[in-house]
Order: sequence, then structure tokens, then C-alpha cells
Amino acid sequence: MSSEKDNVDPHSGVETTGHSWDGIQELNNPLPRWWLYVWYITIVISIVYMVLMPAIPALPGMGTNTTGLRNQSDRDNVAIEMGKLDAARQVKAEDLLKASLQDIEQDRDLQQFSLAMGESLFESNCATCHGTGGRGAKGYPVLADDIWLWDGTLSGIETTLHHGIRHTSDELTRNSAMPRFGRDKLLSSAEIDDLVQYVLNFSGRSDSQAAVQRGQSLFASQCAVCHGDGGKGNRTIGAPNLTDEDWLYGGEEADIYTTIFNARNSHMPAWTDRLDDASIKALAVYVHSLGGGE
Amino acid sequence: MTRITLDTSHKPGASPPPHPDLYAKRRQIYPKLAHGKFRTVKWAVMAVTLAVYYIVPWIRWNRGPGIPNQAVLADFESEKLYFFFIEIWPQEAYYLAGLLILAALSLFLVTSLLGRVWCGYACPQTVWTDLYVWVERAFEGDRAARMRLDHAPMSFNKLWRKAGKHIVWLVIAFWTGGAFVLYWHDAPTVAKGWFTGEAPLSAYWFAGILTFTTYFLAGTMREQVCTYMCPWPRIQAALTDEHALNVTYRYDRGEPRGPKRKSEGWEGRGDCVDCNQCVQVCPVGIDIRNGSQLECIHCALCIDACDEMMLRVERPTGLIAYDTDVAVAARAKGVPVPKYRLIRSRTVLYAVLIALIGSLMIFGLLTKSTLEMNVIKDRSPPFVRLSGGDIQNGYTLKLVNKSTEARRMTISIEGAPDAEMKIIGLESGSRKQFEVPVAAYGVDRYRVLVVVPKTEDIQQITFRVTDNATGESDSNRVAFRSGN
Ligand code: SF4
Ligand code: SF4
Repeated sequence: MSSEKDNVDPHSGVETTGHSWDGIQELNNPLPRWWLYVWYITIVISIVYMVLMPAIPALPGMGTNTTGLRNQSDRDNVAIEMGKLDAARQVKAEDLLKASLQDIEQDRDLQQFSLAMGESLFESNCATCHGTGGRGAKGYPVLADDIWLWDGTLSGIETTLHHGIRHTSDELTRNSAMPRFGRDKLLSSAEIDDLVQYVLNFSGRSDSQAAVQRGQSLFASQCAVCHGDGGKGNRTIGAPNLTDEDWLYGGEEADIYTTIFNARNSHMPAWTDRLDDASIKALAVYVHSLGGGE
Repeated sequence: MTRITLDTSHKPGASPPPHPDLYAKRRQIYPKLAHGKFRTVKWAVMAVTLAVYYIVPWIRWNRGPGIPNQAVLADFESEKLYFFFIEIWPQEAYYLAGLLILAALSLFLVTSLLGRVWCGYACPQTVWTDLYVWVERAFEGDRAARMRLDHAPMSFNKLWRKAGKHIVWLVIAFWTGGAFVLYWHDAPTVAKGWFTGEAPLSAYWFAGILTFTTYFLAGTMREQVCTYMCPWPRIQAALTDEHALNVTYRYDRGEPRGPKRKSEGWEGRGDCVDCNQCVQVCPVGIDIRNGSQLECIHCALCIDACDEMMLRVERPTGLIAYDTDVAVAARAKGVPVPKYRLIRSRTVLYAVLIALIGSLMIFGLLTKSTLEMNVIKDRSPPFVRLSGGDIQNGYTLKLVNKSTEARRMTISIEGAPDAEMKIIGLESGSRKQFEVPVAAYGVDRYRVLVVVPKTEDIQQITFRVTDNATGESDSNRVAFRSGN
């Protein structure tokens, strides 16, 4: 217990709190006046805030919180802001709808607008699969090069966007299916091995000419319908060119074996129901500008 | 000012003394009107600086269509700064940095030569406070009358004087805030729109803020701004030295001081008659006879006051004067007074730096181009291999046209003999160069794809843009990625 005299700092004559750490005592000085006033003001503001704004979590059954006199809701505010943005965009969007895709690309003003709009749409909807800037990934085509499975023209890209690829609930979707040669027992393992060598031979990479010889007739009977006799592919049915250096699912022996064994029929959703026509137009112009537009 | 002193005489066991007052209340200062040459200079500086501030936004300057014809304008809408014939674009913000550096260095130079003349004469806080004190004096009279009025009970006389003063203060404050806004918009438009409610919201907002700060800082804060809020008094201590001119009480001549009767002679005493005039005129309320002090803004009003007194008692003027510490010390010791040295290592250094940066900026401004190109390389994907094996990189070219006419320009690539380019939206096909339109007074963007054959190993390429008519050009060297 400390007596009164222990509670006074001998040097300053100021009362201490009685706390002492390693001989250092805490003086019981009053708070600065301005500091106190600021504190009182914050208390007043917080009370006013609680009355005006949603602030207090409500009891069960009363909603999530008190609504406050101002009835303000961030959700509504965002909706209003988005509405304004849409309205501002609507003007230009109408111009987009009226113009042809070619005209949009030629018109400096509409082009810049579509590129900006297309980029943000692309980043939020398409980049998940195709990567930022359309850089692509294994199984997801690069959109910045000049290799197109289907159609790389402006209107071709627009069609793909509208209807997707192998999108089951859209009749106009781009459709084609490669048979599952191994899994469905259409070909034996040995036959698939021969086919792999034959395909590798298109790019001069086969190591067994005997296998290539054997594969030739198999390719002619099984594959050439879609990929063409020379393996050059067929755009109208999205059959890839097998003679170039570009491989959507990998060009190694094992990759090609897996492709023939299982087939790879990947999907792209149709965007008709999710994006409006103006957005799809802007996206088409953007994708076309990425580097490989035809 | 009152200082906080801790009572260390307290002995343990004695009853505690009352708490020391840690919250010193401001002592009201009633600066008396000084007369003399420095006061005249101050009136003149005040008139000129205020006139510059209020008039400059109204100076017109023909800038062509679509741009306000204002000589000095910071235009947020077009993101440009206009200063008479100088135009600063966002890409040239370094001119602003240069200007700030120049301003700081000039302040350093002036301070090392003449002490705090900036504080005493030209600082806005000083100028507006001086103006406010002048208004105060017009309504309430000089020092003695003001003190009497403040201590008198409320009366009609006191009320109208006080009210009148505050109203005039507010009008000045509003005028000041309003003039500030004019620097950011076309002055006549805003001034007109102001009263019809058509001025931008930000204009009202900033005018409001400046009205408040002017009224508050010049009306009530005054010397407290200089003493407590302004960092400059601390910095200047590092800039001045014993060779800098400061407002100085020449104690070698003044001491011992004391009141003096006409009948007494001057032998055996100093020139200071302890009349306190120097203290009464001081706007920061200090006694310069205590030596140089943090609070002193070197306004030299105490010089005027003391000189007047010296003339009256028929002694030479200059008991308080602009002087250097070395000179006063020399006189006190009775050794020859050294000559004032303008040229010292620090003043030379500041002057050289100012000349250097100044001429760099002038050179930059004189050779400023009206055409600029910035190239941004696509990062994703960094490069693309085309079906034939050739490598393609994508770039965005920003062409800045700073002239008021639309121009046609040629974009070409250099540094890769077999490279070809394609520009999205222009007639298709790959070529070595393209002709493009660039809108008047703005920035145009073009998306460019460059293809280099796989046989060529290129790390960098150079884009060049050339004005077809004038031949003015700009180039930009950028990376070319091929994955190797
Ligand atoms: S001491 Fe003299 S120079 Fe300094 S602020 Fe006061 S009047 Fe001005
Ligand atoms: S005005 Fe001059 S004489 Fe009067 S007190 Fe000040 S220094 Fe002394």
C-alpha cells in the first residue's frame, strides 16, 4: 500500500498513478484539453452515426441489423451507380449494335470504345480459361496467334462467342466430335502407336518409319475424313491441322497417344444468354485485335 | 511566450504544489503600428503580392479553340498546366518537380544571404495576417485602444467594431478563396457561374475551404502558425549561419539599458532607453533584445520602431538592425568588424544549383517537341509463335500531339530488317510503315503487331513516328521477346 507521499513525484510535484516499472513512475498528468474534446466529439459522432446509419446487429428474426434513419444501403448505392454506368454505356452500345463489325474496327472512336469494353469483359469472363491477353493454356486455345480451329474472322469470332463450342443446349453451337479410339475399343494399342508415329511424321519427328508405313492406311481410313489426307485439318468442323508446331493438348508422343485414345472434346459455353449483343460485339473486336484476327 | 518550467525545488514530504499548467493559454498580442522604411517596404510587398494573386487568373492568353484563353491555368479536365507560353502535359510533370526544387533552392539561397526575409515579407501567412491586422486597426484603433476595447464590457460601440471587423475579414477570406478557384477553371466562366449555381461543385468546395482557412489562420491563429505549425523556422536554423543577415539587437551598443531623463548624459550607459517600442510593434510578441529567437519572423518592424526612438533621443539609428552575428561579436570585443560576405561556400553552392537546374529547364522548355510517342509492350502473352514459326509481339503506341492541328504521321520500325507490322483497324496487310491520322491536341492510341521471321534473332526494335508535314519525329526503343 502506498501512502500519499509515495504518490507524488518529488521532481515535478505531480501525483503519480502509483505504478512503477524498474523504478520509472507514471505521472498522473491530465489529458490535453484538445485531446479530450476530440474524444468527446467522436463519441457524439458515433451516437449520431448509429442513429442515422445501419450500425447495430439486430436480434434474431429482426433482419441483419438496424436500418438507421437514413435508410442507406451500400447494396442499393452500388445498384444505382451501376445503373448510371450502364445508362452512360448504353449510348455507345447502341452505336455498336448499328454498326457492322468491320465498321467498328475501322471507326477510331468505336474501336477504342470496343477495345476498352472488350478488354474488361474479357478479363472478367474469358481470361479464366484463355489467360490475360488471350495467352492460352494447355487445352485452351491461344487467341493471340493466327491459328484458329474454327474461324478467326470478326464474324467467326462473334459466332463462336454467341453459341460456344460443343455447348449442349445450343443448337447453333460449333460441334464436332473425335471418336474415342482406344477407350471405345475402335483401335488396339498397337494400332494407336502406329498412328502416333504417323502423326509425328507430319512434323518430321517420327523415329520408326516401319510404324509410319503401318499407320498410313489407318490414318486414311480413320482420320483423314476430318483431318484431311495430308493432316492439314478442316476449319469447318474444327479439325486441327496436325502438321504445324502448334498443339492444343501437347505435341509429345504421350500427349498424342492420349488424344487418340480418349479424344479431347472440350467445351466453351455459349455467351448469348449471359452477355448482351453489344458486349459480344465489343468482345469480338477485342479478341480479333489480340494478334491473330483474320 | 510563457515557458513550462518544472519546479524541482520540491522536497519529498512537503505538501505537493499545484499542478503545473501544461496548457499555456495564448497571450493575446496587440502589435502596434510601426512607421519607417521597413514598414513601407512591407506595405509595398503586400500590395504587389495581393495584386498578383487576385489579378493573375484574369490575364487572357489566346490558346486556340476549345481551350480556355487563360494565361495561368491548372486545367484538370485536359490534365494540363498553362503558364503563359509554357504548356505542361501530364507526361512532363518533371517540370513541376523542377519548379519546386528551384523554389526550395531559392528559399535556401535567400535565407543564407538575408535570413528570414521570406517569412517577414512574402510568406502568404505574413501578408494576409498583416492585412487582417490592418483591418482590425481600422475598426478598433491601434494597440492601446484595442487593449482597452478588449477589456471593456460589451457595449454597442464594442459590438459594431467587433462585428464590422469580422465581416470585413470574412469578405476578404471569401475573396481569397474565390480567387484561388479561378486558377483551376476559366475565370470569367466560373465567376459568372458562381452566382447562378453553375460552377462546378469542387469550385464551391475549395472556395469554402480556403475562405475558412484564410479567416481562421490570418484572423485568429496568426503568429501561432509560424511558431507551432510551420516547419520552416526549424529548417532555417540549419540554413543560416553566423554570416547571415538577421534582425539583431546590437547589445554591444545598447547595454546597459535603462530609462533616461533629458538632463542625464549618455556616458556609462547604453543607447537602449528601455522604451519597449520594439516589443510593442512585434507581431509575434517577443523581445528581440533577448537575442535571436525561433519565433522572430524577421519582419524588421522593431528596427523601424527603435530607429524612431533613436531619432527622438538624438542617437544614431540602427540599435536594432540587419546585422550578422560575427559583426556584433566583433564590435563587442572591440576588434575590426568583418565585411559582410555575400560569397560563401553555401551561397555559391545554392546559386550554382539554381543556375544549373534553371538552365536545364529553360533548355528543355525551348526545345520542347510538339510530338511524343510512348510505347507499351503487351505483357500477356509476351510473344506469340505464329503458324509459320514467325514471332509476333504486340504493342500499344500512344501518340501525343501537342499542337492544335490534326496531323498525319508515319509510324515505322527500325532495327529489324525483316520485321513487318500490322495496325489493328487500318487497312489490312503487313508493311514496314503505316500512315496514321493523329487528332489535334490529344493522345491517339494504336495497337501494333510486329512480326519477325523465325530466322532473325532480335532483342529490341525501335518505333519511329514522323510528322509527314514538318518532319518532326520521336522514337522509342522497346524490347522484342522471342522466347529465346
Ligand atoms: S523581433 Fe522584430 S523582426 Fe522579429 S518578429 Fe518581432 S518585430 Fe519582427
Ligand atoms: S525600441 Fe530600441 S530603445 Fe526602445 S526598448 Fe527597444 S531596443 Fe531599446
